[in-house]
Amino acid sequence: MTAATAETSPPPAASEDPILTLRGIHKSFGAVHVLRGVDLDVRRGHVTALVGDNGAGKSTLIKGIAGIHGFDEGDYTFEGKPVHVHGPKDANALGIEVVYQDLALCDNLDVVHNMFLGREETKSRLLDEEAMEARARETLDGLSVRTLKSVRTQVASLSGGQRQTVAIARAVLWNSKVVILDEPTAALGVAQTAQVLRLVRRLADNGLGVILISHNLNDVFQVADDIAVLYLGKMVEQVRREDVTSNQVVELITGGRSGDLGMAEEGSDQEGEDA
Amino acid sequence: MSAVDSTAAEHDRSTIRGIFHDYLVKVRGGDVGSLPAVMGLIALVVVFSILRPDTFTGPLNFANLIGQGAGIIVLAMGLVFVLLLGEIDLSAGYTGGTAAAMMGVVMTRQGWPFVPSLIVCLLTGTVIGLTIGLLVARLGVPSFVVTLAYFLGLQGVMLVIIGEGGTIPYRNDIALALSNKNMPVWLGWALLVVFLGGYAVVTWLSNSRRRARGLTSQPILLWALKLGALSVVSIAVVGYLSIERAVNPNITSIKGVPIVLALIVGLVVVLTFFLTKTAWGRHIYAVGGNAEAARRAGINVQMVRISAFMVCSTIAAFAGLLLASRTNSVSPNTGGDVTLLLAVGAAVIGGTSLFGGKGRAVDAVIGGLALAVINNGMVLLNQSAGRVFIITGLVLLVAASVDAISRRQATASGRA
Repeated sequence: MTAATAETSPPPAASEDPILTLRGIHKSFGAVHVLRGVDLDVRRGHVTALVGDNGAGKSTLIKGIAGIHGFDEGDYTFEGKPVHVHGPKDANALGIEVVYQDLALCDNLDVVHNMFLGREETKSRLLDEEAMEARARETLDGLSVRTLKSVRTQVASLSGGQRQTVAIARAVLWNSKVVILDEPTAALGVAQTAQVLRLVRRLADNGLGVILISHNLNDVFQVADDIAVLYLGKMVEQVRREDVTSNQVVELITGGRSGDLGMAEEGSDQEGEDA
Repeated sequence: MSAVDSTAAEHDRSTIRGIFHDYLVKVRGGDVGSLPAVMGLIALVVVFSILRPDTFTGPLNFANLIGQGAGIIVLAMGLVFVLLLGEIDLSAGYTGGTAAAMMGVVMTRQGWPFVPSLIVCLLTGTVIGLTIGLLVARLGVPSFVVTLAYFLGLQGVMLVIIGEGGTIPYRNDIALALSNKNMPVWLGWALLVVFLGGYAVVTWLSNSRRRARGLTSQPILLWALKLGALSVVSIAVVGYLSIERAVNPNITSIKGVPIVLALIVGLVVVLTFFLTKTAWGRHIYAVGGNAEAARRAGINVQMVRISAFMVCSTIAAFAGLLLASRTNSVSPNTGGDVTLLLAVGAAVIGGTSLFGGKGRAVDAVIGGLALAVINNGMVLLNQSAGRVFIITGLVLLVAASVDAISRRQATASGRA
């Protein structure tokens, strides 16, 4: 039902409480101050694109959210409650799943085996293949995936887009609430990119909060609801897609400001988020 | 989607022609499995049967062949576990020898009964495997180097245990029977019925469970074909082994299935069960396929590695017992010489990949049988040991090449 409402009329950004909120996040590696006061809101049913140049701190930010390394400073709120995420398992327990760029699939195993890798369903201590296969199918059907002929094919024989689909399906299998996608279309051709972007949209329409990291602004404008721009470790702006043009985003990424948007005046930051 | 998919597949696979076509597509795509090994095995048997129809095909030689191959086959089954991880255990042969020597010490010198001695034997293997696993998984020393050191070290340990130049004879009846005695004819048939019945029931139940859930299931025709083929082969084997095969039956009667064959079949069933039906088995394949992915999926990769080495060495200890049983004693050569290398060769010839992630317990049996047939057949042809080694080497090369070619074909057709 969340899906239906989200599909027909996406609620305005401010009307719904964000599922994941970061405020004033700092992170340093030795002398290098990578994140310098980052704010981020991720809402249910929304795709939040995280953009920024190389070295802007995107990877550090999502690794912190996923619990791979902790933040030094700042508030991490999930579903309205402050949380402390000390490891990937903590993040998984909250319902946060990450699909990394290299996908982390085992080529020699089939689709079902990969989706349940490390969290196999068992019945009296034996693998329950039927239950896993049925659930894998359910999940794929729920995402309207039509590109996979059989869930018993080895992952090695799948195309890049199909592999991405499997990795994403694995992330949503666990009743996850927030899915973080790291450059899901980077290695894909045109048709497969479109396929994966449709899938990303569907995740949000199904009520999940989605963080999409991408270098490709075409993809971002096609699928995102919110765009968050990181510049040299600062969140310069988080705006609704409708409120900006591609050129403005490029300026924000490369220079940290664009007209009224960006870091120039302290006030405009606040304005951007409320918009 | 699933409905459309399954009906299409059902349509295709419900006739013999459809099944055959499916299989051909799979093989052409590079997924050859153990097909080359099985075909090679059949070809070898045919060639030797034509060249030496009187001796090679006789039931006595057939039983001999199983006995000759048993030690290597069992050793290879253990190696499959570490090969699946993409690792190697060069010391497995001497692990078997050392374990057999330990067994000789407690059984022959101390006079322990069979079962406690067997436990000492297997535990020796498990402890050796544990230390190898810890060094490989915890310290990160390459398994090639660790097991090379063990290969040298255990050879010395064996010499120390046995006492230089000597042997430890086995006198325990059960220990000697393992590799040398046959089961009564009725027991062979009874175990065959249990084996075939078990296979039929388990596969049928799994199929009907899948049908009940609306998943694509094996067509009944395919199930019947597989069961039929398995029945024909195993009935022929048991039948042939039940014939009187003694040279002079009036003195001693030799008939029935060799005990060691039942042990091998039992071991294959148990190991296959662990590899395919438990989460641990699945994790072994996962670590062999992509260790980093397995780690991120929350699998304890170190534990998987350590346990695989423990299983390998424990099975190697059992193989050592079988080898010692066949020669009635443990000598410094038990499990030494080329035993280990032949076992690795057997696993590879059977279709296990040295790159990890691909292999089955039954591969070891197929490959081990192929090696035993070569050795046995060429000796019957009065060929020198030199020629036997040359041919064995060539067969291993062919097997490895077939693996490489099918891998290339698989990459081309997207099956990798």
